Amino acid sequence: MGMTVVQKILARATNQKTVEVGDVLEPKVDVAMSHENAALVINQFLEIYKDTNLEPKVFNPENIVIIFDHRVPAESSKTATNQKRIREFVLKQGIKKFHDIRSDEGGICHQILPEFGYVRPGYVVVGTDSHTTTHGALGAFSFGIGATEMASVWVLGAVLNVEVPPTIKVIVNGKLSKYVLPKDIILYLIGKISAQGANYKVIEFHGDTIKNMSVSGRLTLCNMSVEAGATSGIVPSDEETIRYLREEAKVKERIDIMTPDLDAHYDSVIEIDASKISPQIACPHEVDNTRPVNEVEGTKIDQIVIGSCTNGRLGDIEVAAKILKGKKIAKGVRMLVFPASWRIYREALKKGYIETLVNSGAIIMNSGCGCCLGVHEGALGDGEVALSTTNRNFKGRMGNPNAGVYLCSPAVAAASAITGLITDPRKGGR
Amino acid sequence: MPKVVLKLIDDISTDTIYPGRFMATVLPEETPQFAFADNKEFNTKLKNNEIPKGSTIVAGNNFGCGSSREQAVSCLKGYDFIIIAKGFARIFLQNAINLGLRVIISPDIEADEGDEIELLREEVINKTKSKRFKIISLPKARQNIIDAGGLVPYTRKRLREIKNNLLKKAQVTED
Repeated sequence: MGMTVVQKILARATNQKTVEVGDVLEPKVDVAMSHENAALVINQFLEIYKDTNLEPKVFNPENIVIIFDHRVPAESSKTATNQKRIREFVLKQGIKKFHDIRSDEGGICHQILPEFGYVRPGYVVVGTDSHTTTHGALGAFSFGIGATEMASVWVLGAVLNVEVPPTIKVIVNGKLSKYVLPKDIILYLIGKISAQGANYKVIEFHGDTIKNMSVSGRLTLCNMSVEAGATSGIVPSDEETIRYLREEAKVKERIDIMTPDLDAHYDSVIEIDASKISPQIACPHEVDNTRPVNEVEGTKIDQIVIGSCTNGRLGDIEVAAKILKGKKIAKGVRMLVFPASWRIYREALKKGYIETLVNSGAIIMNSGCGCCLGVHEGALGDGEVALSTTNRNFKGRMGNPNAGVYLCSPAVAAASAITGLITDPRKGGR
Repeated sequence: MPKVVLKLIDDISTDTIYPGRFMATVLPEETPQFAFADNKEFNTKLKNNEIPKGSTIVAGNNFGCGSSREQAVSCLKGYDFIIIAKGFARIFLQNAINLGLRVIISPDIEADEGDEIELLREEVINKTKSKRFKIISLPKARQNIIDAGGLVPYTRKRLREIKNNLLKKAQVTED
């Protein structure tokens, strides 16, 4: 029987010809990513070495990436002290792939990893962040783990006891209508299969729509695969993967393409007609509480958030800028824009998108995650409503359990910014 | 006999268990104060020691979905909770096993707050309702971690084995 992409990746990472669903493996890790929670990883790492009479040393500093993005610049002395400890550790262990709070190297981890060419097709990538599923967009098997698990990876260079997961094949065909974006596909899919529909499974994306989608859009799909419970999302690598890695990530080395076998076994197959999808909204307080935009049109908004690891890439900012060009954000509404990295910020600046957004009344924020998870800037007041291009709308998510978050694409967010109400971008803002 | 002190629905996220705004706090001895922080009544009872250690929380499917934050496990471990759920989200389940939080998968579990629970190897008995529910064993891939008492001692054991093997090899070469 043939293998899925993830089976092939795991076979390679364990030096085997084939692996089967359910096999228990210890794949070697190509990229081990952490952000501020590296502080906890360091504690556990040192704890493992306790009473061993061995000097604490990471397995391979080349495979470790640490990026500050969750609370940047530090919102509290506690965070600042943790960041300081991480800087010291990075220096001591010789970890070079460290991205500090700087405009020449900084940004959100799930943009920095692809942007700097750290992820390649066929890699095993782990991260102490649930949205590590993002990097499946480049054909890697990429999944989230906890801090203690990461400490173990730092020590051993492999991730222990991984069960080869079953794979759901999602085939998306058809042309997306104007103002319908990859975000709408993934929201639609999550609504269809539920927040637990892909638990302990991989979602492998196929079809013309995916074939014609840029890596940027694929990152959005894989980013939110975890919201259906998936261990990972993955797009088998193709010409577009190579184009992105060569042109945008400036990768010079050989890149291996890895595709599933034609007779690979899938747990289930889901087909989606992209031409029939309308802009989607995930209503409070569950990501699978999705509806077509027309069902919630007119809902009053207090805060618009555009950006994050889900939708903070150049194409996302471009969509928003084009809709908002020459228009003003409605009075009483505040709009926060979080570019996914400082490289994207600079590109958006060059293309004039930043000027357009600023002229319409938007606030351009530092690239980071703080607002999305409610730890740093952009908190909501009691009874307030946010419309956001981020990936989660759980109760309390934007820092206030007495507020509500609706999730949408950058097109819906920008059109709604003009009216101050949830608006279908196909009808346009007034 | 542990009592059920909290009954929860499906899809309880890590934001409910440990709200994101407390994520700057990482130490296991400090996280328990923020367990279920947005459930003021329950959180207050926890902090006032009104809930006996080792009590049971009963939840629906997909408990612990969302973030990979380990605080969502360490805050519960601080009270020695036993979590019985119809199912767990992947990362939460692994974190729980890694940190030694007691988690039980029982897909048909029925229990209400105040019910008395007895745990057997393969069954949960709800004494109050006089009903028995099957337990699904934890992933076999994780058994050796459970047996070692968590991932820290297990990795330490593996590290020692690797170093001993290297040492042996070095000795053979010297001989």
